[in-house]
Amino acid sequence: MPKLGLNIDKYLRTQVLPTVWCPGCGNGNIVEGLATAFSRMEVDPTRVVVVGGIGCSGRTPFYVQTNAMHTTHGRALAYATGLKMAQPDLTVVVTAGDGDALAIGGNHFIHAARRNIDLTVLLYNNGIYGMTGGQRGPTTPFGSRTTTSLAGNIERTFDTVEIAMAAGATYVARTTTFDMQEIPLRIQEAMAHPGFAVVEILTQCPTYYGSLNQLGDASDMLIWQRDLTDGVPVKMLNREELLGPLRTGVFRNEKVTEFTQAYSDLCSQVGGNYGHN
Amino acid sequence: MNPEPNKNNQKLVMGNEAVAMGAIAAGCDFFAGYPITPATEILEEMSKMLPPRGGVFLQMEDELSAIAAVIGAAWGGSISMTATSGPGFSLMQENLGYASITQTPCVVVDCQRGGPSTGLPKLASQGDVMQARFGSHGDRPTLVITASSVNDCYESTVFAFKMSQKHRMPVILLIDGVIGHIREPVELPPAPPPRKATFPKIDADSPRFGDAPFVPFGHGPVTVVTGLAHQSNGLAETQKGSHTEQMIRTTIENICRDPEIIDSWALKYQLDDADVAIVAYGITARSAREAADLLRADGIKAGLLDLKILWPFPNEILRELAGKVAAIIVPELNLGQMVLPLKAAVGGRVVVHSLNRADGTLLTPNDIAEFAAKQLNSIEERTHA
Ligand SMILES: Cc1ncc(C[n+]2csc(CCOP(=O)(O)OP(=O)(O)O)c2C)c(N)n1
Ligand code: SF4
Repeated sequence: MPKLGLNIDKYLRTQVLPTVWCPGCGNGNIVEGLATAFSRMEVDPTRVVVVGGIGCSGRTPFYVQTNAMHTTHGRALAYATGLKMAQPDLTVVVTAGDGDALAIGGNHFIHAARRNIDLTVLLYNNGIYGMTGGQRGPTTPFGSRTTTSLAGNIERTFDTVEIAMAAGATYVARTTTFDMQEIPLRIQEAMAHPGFAVVEILTQCPTYYGSLNQLGDASDMLIWQRDLTDGVPVKMLNREELLGPLRTGVFRNEKVTEFTQAYSDLCSQVGGNYGHN
Repeated sequence: MNPEPNKNNQKLVMGNEAVAMGAIAAGCDFFAGYPITPATEILEEMSKMLPPRGGVFLQMEDELSAIAAVIGAAWGGSISMTATSGPGFSLMQENLGYASITQTPCVVVDCQRGGPSTGLPKLASQGDVMQARFGSHGDRPTLVITASSVNDCYESTVFAFKMSQKHRMPVILLIDGVIGHIREPVELPPAPPPRKATFPKIDADSPRFGDAPFVPFGHGPVTVVTGLAHQSNGLAETQKGSHTEQMIRTTIENICRDPEIIDSWALKYQLDDADVAIVAYGITARSAREAADLLRADGIKAGLLDLKILWPFPNEILRELAGKVAAIIVPELNLGQMVLPLKAAVGGRVVVHSLNRADGTLLTPNDIAEFAAKQLNSIEERTHA
């Protein structure tokens, strides 16, 4: 499957395909974007660990041919924090669903962001709990139908970008599975960024979110995503431009002391030599 | 256990400090934790000792993340550990199961407090002995080690690390608020210089799980780790659990057959000619040893079986003991939790008396001796009637 002139097969664990995902699920687009980013960056698969939470999205580590750690529901960032601290020269990418990262794992999300530890987080936002069959979650849009909000969701909705920025993430971007060219670009930027980098990717769950909300099939949902995000062009947005909750693009890209670096400095101050692994 | 205080090179050390020193001696280079009485000193000691050694100390946002970071660090090549007390230990249970199914070496210290819930933060308790075995869902291999002195805290910690690496599993060290906070004069070796952990070379086709050696990320070929049931190559297997079941059975068998574990299972004190055996562990074993002496001074042949490893339970040792004594007394600081496996092990061949309390108060040597004497008298009355 040559993509954009690249052979991304090298970065796919083809022996376990097909995926567990439903036909039309947006997660496949993200895996393609991730493998494309790996391929363009020519990463050494033995030096990369993809850490997944639990959920459809959390299965991603199985499908890319790098080290993989499929953890427990909500805790992927905590596992990744220990792993990165133990071996700071590993590249660690975390894949988590909206429920995983913002409900059960919300605390770890804000604290990992606060530390500014060098992790890349791909937050798959499908607005619903996919794996457990379509229950409402913290990013379910107001009024949406899910199996636990058949009369419409009355809870208010989290804005991942706002939370990530408020908590201290130093690279924050949002894109969608409609924007196929953008996904690998954002992932590359996030991986190259020395600090806590969050890429929220709006992705379609036709099986539950789509069918419960009469949004049609996967391709209809891609168009819906395009319209939802209003085709805001990819560029550095300033604060005033961020008001719409579903703007895409890069919201923050700042260099602030990264946590493993700060830890290394602390060790040196007291005579220790960190990062010898 | 009771060395004279002013001998050369002896220092007054707290149990929790001895745990931290034991961890460093065992090569621990990663600690993640969250403050909680009565375990906090372990966290504080590690925060002082690790950075100058280039090791990692992390204070996490809760115990869920502390144990998760510890497991992540093990897969990053660290020798890792956390320490907590009951409420935190409860929070760690799900991820402890993850460490089991992924065969991840790490050490978890539970410095017990009275429960349930916030309970008795500063007082002695042995209320977590069953949780340490059964707290995480599903079946899994468990190795739970106790300590009844400051010196034990050090030695048991070193042993816990050694076993966790040997058997690729999380090992639990169970102490309590009194052992953790007591200060005793001990002579402990100076900390060794930091050393880099080494791992065997494997190739891409080598198995990663089951009998395979532990090789972390970045130290060998690409590896897949999952908490789903998996094959020995790490790939998930959700329609068939036989590989995972076999892996768990094999680890349990390996632990039970390990001579180092068999030798450390229990200490026998004056049991050779004993008519009554006290079976105790941790802080209670300390009182029980003195109780045995008190009983002997009164002409009752009493001895002590001090359980140094609670799980796996030393069934054989107890079966053997059951054939030799007229009664077994089990003092514990809970509502009689270890009486259950003990009764199962002796199978009705000897009477088992539980002496228990869960109000945060220790059982004194007198409490145990009086209780034992009373039980023996009532056995005699019954046999003479
Ligand atoms: C502790 C725990 N609670 C609940 C579950 C059940 N569970 C599995 S996935 C999931 C939610 C998945 O939703 P999300 O994180 O949004 O990911 P998606 O499947 O939509 O990609 C839940 C609740 C679990 N595995 N573990
Ligand atoms: S349930 Fe939804 S999120 Fe999960 S695989 Fe199917 S379409 Fe994708």
